[in-house]
Amino acid sequence: MSRIVIYLPLFAAIAIGLAGWWGLNPDRDPNAVPSALIGKSVPVFDLLAIEGIQTAGLATADILEIDGPVLVNVFASWCVPCRAEHAVLTRMVQEDGLNLVGINYKNDPSDAAAWLAELGNPYSKIGSDRNGRAGIEWGISGVPETFIVDGNGVVVFRYVGPIQTDAALSSIRQELAQADEDTP
Amino acid sequence: MIRLICALLLVATTALAVEPDEILSDPNLETRARAISVNLRCVVCQNEPIDTSHAGVARDLRILVRERLTAGDTDDQVYNYVVARYGDYVLFKPPWKPTTYALWLAPFVIGLLGILAVVSVFRRERARPQTTPDLNAEEERQLARINEITEDRTP
Amino acid sequence: MIPEIGQFALTLALMTAVVQGILPIWGAARGNAVWMHSAVTTSSLQCFLIFIAFGALMRSFIVSDFTVVNVVENSNSLKPMLFKVAGTWGSHEGSLLLWTLILAVFGAAVALLGRNIPTSLKARTLSVQAWISIGFLSFMLFTSNPFDRAFPPPLDGNDLNPLLQDVGLAMHPPLLYIGYVGFSIVFSFAVAALIEGRVDPAWARWVRPWTLAAWVALTGGIALGSWWAYYELGWGGWWFWDPVENVSFMPWLLGTALLHSAIVTEKRGAFKSWTILLAILTFSLSLLGTFIVRSGLLTSVHAFAVDPERGIYILGLLVLSIGGALTLYAVRAPKMELGGLFAPISREGGLLLNNLLLALATATVLFGTLYPLFLEAITGEKISVGPPFFNASFIPIMLPLVALMGIGPFLSWKRADLLGVYQRLKWVFVFAMLCGLAVWYVQTKGPALAVLAMAIAIWLLVATLREWSLRIKLGQVGIKDSLDRLRRVPRSSHGMTLAHAGLAVCMFGFVGSSAWKSEEILFVEAGTQIEIAGFDVTFEGAERVQGPNYVASVGVLRVERNGRYVTTLRPERRSYPVAQSQTTEAAIRSTPAGDLYASITEPANQEADGQWTLRILYEPLVGFVWLGSLMLVFGGLLSLTDRRLRVGAPKRKTQIVSPPQSLEKT
Repeated sequence: MSRIVIYLPLFAAIAIGLAGWWGLNPDRDPNAVPSALIGKSVPVFDLLAIEGIQTAGLATADILEIDGPVLVNVFASWCVPCRAEHAVLTRMVQEDGLNLVGINYKNDPSDAAAWLAELGNPYSKIGSDRNGRAGIEWGISGVPETFIVDGNGVVVFRYVGPIQTDAALSSIRQELAQADEDTP
Repeated sequence: MIRLICALLLVATTALAVEPDEILSDPNLETRARAISVNLRCVVCQNEPIDTSHAGVARDLRILVRERLTAGDTDDQVYNYVVARYGDYVLFKPPWKPTTYALWLAPFVIGLLGILAVVSVFRRERARPQTTPDLNAEEERQLARINEITEDRTP
Repeated sequence: MIPEIGQFALTLALMTAVVQGILPIWGAARGNAVWMHSAVTTSSLQCFLIFIAFGALMRSFIVSDFTVVNVVENSNSLKPMLFKVAGTWGSHEGSLLLWTLILAVFGAAVALLGRNIPTSLKARTLSVQAWISIGFLSFMLFTSNPFDRAFPPPLDGNDLNPLLQDVGLAMHPPLLYIGYVGFSIVFSFAVAALIEGRVDPAWARWVRPWTLAAWVALTGGIALGSWWAYYELGWGGWWFWDPVENVSFMPWLLGTALLHSAIVTEKRGAFKSWTILLAILTFSLSLLGTFIVRSGLLTSVHAFAVDPERGIYILGLLVLSIGGALTLYAVRAPKMELGGLFAPISREGGLLLNNLLLALATATVLFGTLYPLFLEAITGEKISVGPPFFNASFIPIMLPLVALMGIGPFLSWKRADLLGVYQRLKWVFVFAMLCGLAVWYVQTKGPALAVLAMAIAIWLLVATLREWSLRIKLGQVGIKDSLDRLRRVPRSSHGMTLAHAGLAVCMFGFVGSSAWKSEEILFVEAGTQIEIAGFDVTFEGAERVQGPNYVASVGVLRVERNGRYVTTLRPERRSYPVAQSQTTEAAIRSTPAGDLYASITEPANQEADGQWTLRILYEPLVGFVWLGSLMLVFGGLLSLTDRRLRVGAPKRKTQIVSPPQSLEKT
């Protein structure tokens, strides 16, 4: 018995050391928080369209209506990385036939309209979230964030940050393909 | 690796945590709101509650908490509302569930281990063969007197 | 040129440390006195060299030498001189240099001042100390060199974070590090004793002054950090159970346990194995703290350098030092002789309970701090462990301990007379209970636990004073006799009294400021009036003030009570153009009864133009936290000056006398 007690501090130190070593993995982001929505159905929200543009507003029903996986992208004109991401998203819509909808987060409608006029509008629907409440429903903490909803209306994936790198792009494509398969 | 959190940049430098325009007129509700905000973690900050955080999302959540309280939710319902959207990460008080049993029970388990260790050491010492012979009554009295005189209570 | 001298000095210091790490311990194994004595030279040389390196870096900051990367990243020509100097240790690299400096200073101090320590133990200790130095010096030279140059040099540096441009915070790292690193020498003593295979009670005597010195510095460092957070961060709090705060607190808790355990080992030869383990674990926690703060493992407001590569190096250091020491302990500890027997109700028993509770508190804080990491590693789930958990687990462990502290000094060694103790303390107990009831009557809002905690704090204070008064027989003999006794009582006793009383005083502050706080938050414009805690406060407007490297808006608050003028508070909102950030400087009016605390900012809501957001707090008794901390520090310092610690174990001076001639003849 006392043998075990004497070795206890060493065992504890080894356990802490292993945890520390695991924690130092460069791929691990200590600040990353997993989304609470994964595996649950699309959150309930209803947003009007951005004033001044033709694209319709976005609500839960709209997402559920769409056949197949949907990419929900949260963006804003004051968000610098969103510009770079925009080009990637546009390409995905053109090349992969992606179903893309957007949530315009805490954006002045005229600013948003000007931004979309300048860069183009790949979104089939955009909801204007002026006070950020819809963002809270999606559990976002910043912009840009992107969600994948499968054909059954279940949120299956969240990507935090701009989809810019090849790695990010392939990861998104992979998840989309997976979501496609899982849908009957 | 750095997440670009634009919302934070926009509002961070001007707000000072709880703003007067957020405060509810009902003091009881406001007290509850403050207590809840202190226990909810700001998801974009480095370990701060939404009560003292400058972030935009924190302010939104503070307002949300007050709305739910005004709508009649209990404290638990408010917490559950936020957790449903952000996960257990936002709770500063870890919930009591299978993955946190170890955490909450740790103080008791470690305390018990400590007591057991002490008891086993005591037993071991007591079982040690006595090498000094017993004293007779006269010697006991002398020893007691000596101990009394030389009692050392210095630290 | 000078930075290169600094780097060269560091390299030489590393080489010296290598020599110091080999020669003395080998000499101790072989009984070679010359080799053992070499430790004195090498440790003095190491100390001297690292001083040169530290001086070189400091000089670079003072003259704002922007060819040095470290100066560019952490200083600016507009910064006030004091903060330029403080910038020397304000970065990851600079603070590491401070670490190694203090390591070397403690090593040299033992080498030069430890005359009573047996040569072989001293030699082994200094070698172990050198091993630690090798680890940190190599870490610095290979991954975090403070003397890296920048070509071409920029015209000016980045500013040091304005939040850190503060006197209190400038002194916080040096004090803290003297604490952390001071425990390294105790660690070295313990490992040396294990290598030697022998722990005398005298070992505890030699270790005590160093433990005490480190503990005093750590207490001061933590208190300073809390005080800074209180007056700088603007929300009136002083402790958040943030991971970095926790890693500074754990060595303090275990260091306190070590101090008390060493007493038992010294006086009664008991707890030897446990004291050695504590000595190892206390410094291990310091090292763990360094690892956590510098590796970006956990999310914290304080976290410095976030660099996994550096993290791996430090982890390697930890594996070698902590793993090595604990393995050595596991192998050697069972062979140690057991000490004297004692009854459960005795001073030993009391100190055992003290150690048990402190160790449990430390283990709880450690587990809570690391749990999110463990859970994420095993299940991928992310949770937060914050103040609710720590308060719920820590306070129930500490309250019994504080209550025990009142009784402990009354217990005698080996077997205590419980009836006698009861008789001496029963009125103190009654008094404390009555005070508790009075508190309950006065303070109707606030948690019930606060009343209990206050009662226990009062109990501790009065019991400590009672013990002190009995010791000098105050009231029982004439005043002159009492004063005489006062002088003859060893200083460490006075130190104990002051420190224990200090903790009680701290507790008054803890309870008052947490449980009975009042707060008002509102929009103000010139003429707005607020009432808080019996004070009438009028906001008279805001002025603009130019500082050395900032522009500030200063709010003017007139404070009155019952119609009479009390004071004017001037909270500031500062804007630092170079660093592009802002800070809040709270205005505080401190009295023993409590602090009136005000801070202002611009409102987030843009419509409220011309208005300010005012936050006023009243924190009862919070000043006692700082007063109590000072008492703890001075109590420790008082104990340090005890003659017995400096003189050491007495040497035999009698000579062998030949018997008188007459006796021989018969």
